Amino acid sequence: MIDYLIRRLLVMIPTLLAISLITFAIIQLPPGDYLSTYIAELQSQGEAVDAQKIEFLREQFGLNMPFYMKYLTWLWGMFHGDFGYSFEYNLPVSQVVGDRLALSMILSFTTVLFTWVVAFPIGVYSATHRYTAADHTLTLLGFLGLATPNFLLALVLLYFTNVFFGTSVGGMMDARYIGQPWSLAKLGSVFEHLLVPVIVIGTSGTAGMIRRLRANLLDELNKLYVVTARAKGMPPLRALIKYPLRMALNPFIADIGNLLPQIVSGAAIVSVVLSLPTTGPMLLSALQSQDMYLAGSFLMFLASLTVVGVLLSDIALALLDPRIRLHGGVTR
Amino acid sequence: MTVRVRARDRVPHVVSPEPFDPYAVEAMTARQERYYQASQWRLMWWRFKRHKIAVLSAAMLLALYASVVVSEILAPYGLESRNDRFILAPPQPIHLFHDGRFVGPFVYGLDYRLNMENLRREYTDDPALVQPLRFFCHGDHYRFWGQIDMDLHLACPAPGGTAFLLGTDRLGRDMLSRIIYGTRISLTVGLIGIAISLTLGMTLGGIAGYYGGLADMLIQRLIEVLRSFPELPLWMALSAALPVDWSPVLIYFGITIILGLLDWTGLARAVRSKLLALREEDFCAAAQLMGASPQRIIRRHLLPSFLSHIIASATLSIPSMILGETALSFLGLGLRPPITSWGVLLSESQNINVVVLYPWLLLPVVPVMLVVLAFNFFGDGLRDAADPYSH
Repeated sequence: MIDYLIRRLLVMIPTLLAISLITFAIIQLPPGDYLSTYIAELQSQGEAVDAQKIEFLREQFGLNMPFYMKYLTWLWGMFHGDFGYSFEYNLPVSQVVGDRLALSMILSFTTVLFTWVVAFPIGVYSATHRYTAADHTLTLLGFLGLATPNFLLALVLLYFTNVFFGTSVGGMMDARYIGQPWSLAKLGSVFEHLLVPVIVIGTSGTAGMIRRLRANLLDELNKLYVVTARAKGMPPLRALIKYPLRMALNPFIADIGNLLPQIVSGAAIVSVVLSLPTTGPMLLSALQSQDMYLAGSFLMFLASLTVVGVLLSDIALALLDPRIRLHGGVTR
Repeated sequence: MTVRVRARDRVPHVVSPEPFDPYAVEAMTARQERYYQASQWRLMWWRFKRHKIAVLSAAMLLALYASVVVSEILAPYGLESRNDRFILAPPQPIHLFHDGRFVGPFVYGLDYRLNMENLRREYTDDPALVQPLRFFCHGDHYRFWGQIDMDLHLACPAPGGTAFLLGTDRLGRDMLSRIIYGTRISLTVGLIGIAISLTLGMTLGGIAGYYGGLADMLIQRLIEVLRSFPELPLWMALSAALPVDWSPVLIYFGITIILGLLDWTGLARAVRSKLLALREEDFCAAAQLMGASPQRIIRRHLLPSFLSHIIASATLSIPSMILGETALSFLGLGLRPPITSWGVLLSESQNINVVVLYPWLLLPVVPVMLVVLAFNFFGDGLRDAADPYSH
């Protein structure tokens, strides 16, 4: 097990390095940088620009360095918890992002939990009650859930909650808790406001999970060992839970690799629609104003979130399934 | 011990006078013969036809893509024609009977009043104004495909009247016409994107599956890294990197290329694993033993067997591109006016107040969902049909 863990961790390092390189290349892509945009803006307003001051700022932010030097500086900084400087806010990135990263993480992991909690009973039910009316209804609902783009669902939900309840579901917590230190009441308010976004983001993932669980469980239920168990007179519920269910559970954990990027993507755009104070809206504005270090740290954070999530799922899978542990971690 | 059969249980002794045909068991009915001699593609078609919802979806998609060719004629108004007397007018329902008398499809004229208390525009039906729709008529001028000057429309409002079947937007432009024009952009984004993604996916997946070894490992790693990026933020970052001074048409191609560039990983994996599996099949070994060249094996035996699968998975990834474009345009990072897609139309309804006051601005959601659903069903049907020899 420890052997497997070490190997898995070693594989993660080049992946993270490649991700950081791609991220940095992307945020470097737009022609010009924040300063040149800023100067152009000042000049268009007729203000004088002190060439010496600009040169000093360029030197200060390392904008004159060649690409690889900038990259290495950025990478080196990140190891020390220094994520660069946000030009728009005039603050170090780590101070700007504040609670947002934590809220993004809470949102993503609650959604994963929601997906599991909802998909599990429904998937098991529709596999054991195959081709009944309930199964067909659930399949149809799943298809609808899979096809509905989540930000549109968010818009439609916003409309209907406003029409029927007259409340706004936007925001991450009650207004009176904003800026307050964390307390139990604040946490409760956050969870209240989490409900709608979690449902909106989790719908398509849940639908996909139900379909996979149903297919997997059906495969297992048709195997001979289940027939044998039944023929021996094992109670049906026990014959379901003891082996087939355990086998069918694997995709629940193995699929996090596909589920997490999807959820993180969904969270980004749904947060914009519902104006949640997570990374999504700030990433959008940072991209629009070419605030490169801020945008870069968000991208890096979101990608690392999925990488770490996949790592955790692989470890959980290895604990759950001895075959993976012993055969060197070929999970997919 | 012998078994004695009682006399009345004995089967009568019969000899058939007909000549003996030793192949009688193997003879096939005409139907069976047709089935066994049918080509692979014909079998797929038969199987696809059994999936009723998929056929229906295919028909709907075909109709939508056909409409893209003649969007200008189908739309009752021009893309940019403004009706500044009717800003944010609600949808006008079509009626058939007026005062118990059959008139044919018509709409009631709109009465406009500015509510001085809350400064809201209020429109009411004016029952005195019956404005029958005209068909195959001359209306707003447009340049057909940007080339030919024309003014023919499938339907237009009565002379001097209005026909905003889905309402108007904040500039008084007809929503129905804009949605019809938006179809052209939204649907083609998926097609161009998938063409790029297919080319990349088949090439890289083919190299990985065929050569194996180092190339395979490098490509697998690349796919893993790309897949661990959440799609949307990456799309956002890339489209924000498109230069601001590009023309809208260039932006359109830029966006499709971005969508295609990040989507090929799934296809490449499918191609690779299919190639690896097919290489081990008996028919492939047989062809090798018969002395076929690798080129012939790939073209003649491997390609046809996995092409159908690839087409099916490509179809299933078109909706994610359409959604990607919609999401980007909705956020204001994608296409820009005057290019009009469903996402661009939806970007006007970002504000919750707008959505509550003028819910018809949310209507472009409907075609998006219909198309995504249709592509999903169609792709599902294709996938089931892709392997006609399995049961």
